[in-house]
Amino acid sequence: MKTWTALGRAVATGAILLCGAVARGEAADMCAVPGYLLFGDSLLNRVNAAVTKEKELRIVALGGVSSTLPGPDGPSFAYPARLEAALTRRLPGVKVMVTMLTKTRQTAAEMAESIGKLLLDQRPSLVIWQTGTYDAVHGTDPEEFRSAVSDGVEKLHAGGADVVLVNMQYSPRTESIVALGAYADGIRWVSREREVPVFDRLAIMRHWYDAGQFDLYKATKDMKTAKNVHDCLGRALASTIIDAAHLEAQQEAAPQ
Amino acid sequence: MIQAPAVPVAALAPGRDLRLDLFRGLALWLIFLDHVPNNIVAWFTIRNYGFSDATEVFIFISGYTAAFVYGRAMVERGFIVAGARILKRAWQIYVAHVFLFAIYIAEIAYVASSFENPLYVEEMNALDFLKTPDVTIIQALLLKFKPANMDVLPLYIVLLMMFPLALWLLIRNASLALALSVALYVLTWEYGWNFASYPSGHWFFNPLAWQLLFVFGAWCALGGATRLAPALRSPITTWLAIVYLVFAFGVTLTWYFPRLGFLMPHWLGEWMYPIDKTNLDVLRFAHFLALAALTVRFIPRDWPALQSLWLRPAIRCGQHSLEIFCLGVFLAFAAHFVMVEFYGGPAMQVAMSMAGILIMVGTAVVISWYKGVEGRGSGTPKRPPDADLAGGEA
Repeated sequence: MKTWTALGRAVATGAILLCGAVARGEAADMCAVPGYLLFGDSLLNRVNAAVTKEKELRIVALGGVSSTLPGPDGPSFAYPARLEAALTRRLPGVKVMVTMLTKTRQTAAEMAESIGKLLLDQRPSLVIWQTGTYDAVHGTDPEEFRSAVSDGVEKLHAGGADVVLVNMQYSPRTESIVALGAYADGIRWVSREREVPVFDRLAIMRHWYDAGQFDLYKATKDMKTAKNVHDCLGRALASTIIDAAHLEAQQEAAPQ
Repeated sequence: MIQAPAVPVAALAPGRDLRLDLFRGLALWLIFLDHVPNNIVAWFTIRNYGFSDATEVFIFISGYTAAFVYGRAMVERGFIVAGARILKRAWQIYVAHVFLFAIYIAEIAYVASSFENPLYVEEMNALDFLKTPDVTIIQALLLKFKPANMDVLPLYIVLLMMFPLALWLLIRNASLALALSVALYVLTWEYGWNFASYPSGHWFFNPLAWQLLFVFGAWCALGGATRLAPALRSPITTWLAIVYLVFAFGVTLTWYFPRLGFLMPHWLGEWMYPIDKTNLDVLRFAHFLALAALTVRFIPRDWPALQSLWLRPAIRCGQHSLEIFCLGVFLAFAAHFVMVEFYGGPAMQVAMSMAGILIMVGTAVVISWYKGVEGRGSGTPKRPPDADLAGGEA
């Protein structure tokens, strides 16, 4: 992954250091993400039709444990729920429903197998597919991972759903333990091959860390940072979807 | 009964080529910088500007110097003696790898004990291997369990283990040996051969594919470079290399700036991607060849700067590649540890990178000094030629 973003990060960090000196004193948006990380260059046609014609957007968030938060009310603070809130705010008059399907210890291949049932049960316009963490931890062959994601996206497209891929979290403490690079690259290749947007969670969270917006190194049981990170992820994901589906939406106010 | 070798001994000993030391030293620095997690200085490393990276440089030069050092031994002392020396070297590297693994486990165990964050429940699964040390350590000793960034030495070990046979053939019929190496590479791609890893998957650097670069390096050392020289002097080669490097640079730009993606024709992406590091993609190999062709073209063997004080640090590191490589892996762990425990911002990343390279240079200088002193003082008239010859150690 470093391969993909090192240059971008270097440029961004340089810009931040420069701008930081100028803009100090202004209330900073803790969720701020540079535009180039939110760019969705592939059209989400199904989403566009659902929003403009049907005024109803059904989304399924398929993912591993990093798509949710622990505890009884953890899921309500996790990014899929925050995405639902953000889209509801920004698309007035549209009924937005996000269903979470998170599973522990599932490889991309195992998740791809559940896609047929998911399409039948939920009939989503959009599936947000977060994958890669467990594969990286488990050491799945990167090539097998890539083809599993590619097959899964093909199934979702065949079932009439748009797709946004979400890659891994940026986790500074486990960075020298889990080699994410090959899996992040695999997701990127599939995105090119199948023309689906990637929500580059890895680069975004790394940007937040580099810019000092969140301290992701901290060892803590406290949920505060985790909740804020997921809220920001939900907002950023909403921006990516709105951009990639070419929707007209309300501007979002910075979180307090 | 001694067969007349195809390569005369004289062709093997034109003296020390400092370019090899220089570029291997630089490759060791780059590998270190790339291994420090989240390092802003890694922006300078060559992998960000094209397809290949420092690993290719390291493996090629290692093949070159291995052939140089052990080829001479094989011609002078025979297959058994040279083969034994090569295997002894492989054993040293294995011991170094296991030592690094012990340090790695110590760091990880410490990080695991102090790590709690509701954000990273899933990532914590990566530490599960600490709960089953019986399996983990045995798999590590079998080179099947290889933590992140500890893939290069196992590759090197396997390459050296097959090297006695390869070298034997290279000395007798270099072209045939190279052809067999290419054939193995092609078959590996065709049938998807690789070694199994633990807990699943395959080796990140597939030795059956990467042997091509190692054998190619050896082939160059044993007369191939002389044979290629006319082609390398041709302006056509130079321009082809330049065009390819510019093309690769353009492609990498579209990775960093997704908005430039439209410049990349769809059919070209379909054909090119994914660029496979595990199996040494042809595009990576070609990128390395282009870099090497330009280097040889514009940096002559007797380039005066090679004697200057400025390049001495990198050359010293390249001359003690095994020690400095291992030190680099350790320093990358240490840098990560410091950044986890204290602060990991850009200033710290720069400081850690600089400090790491300084420590590598300092250590290389001390090793050079020690070997010099030992060589003079120990009274042994002649050391076996596996150190400080030609391009440094094999």
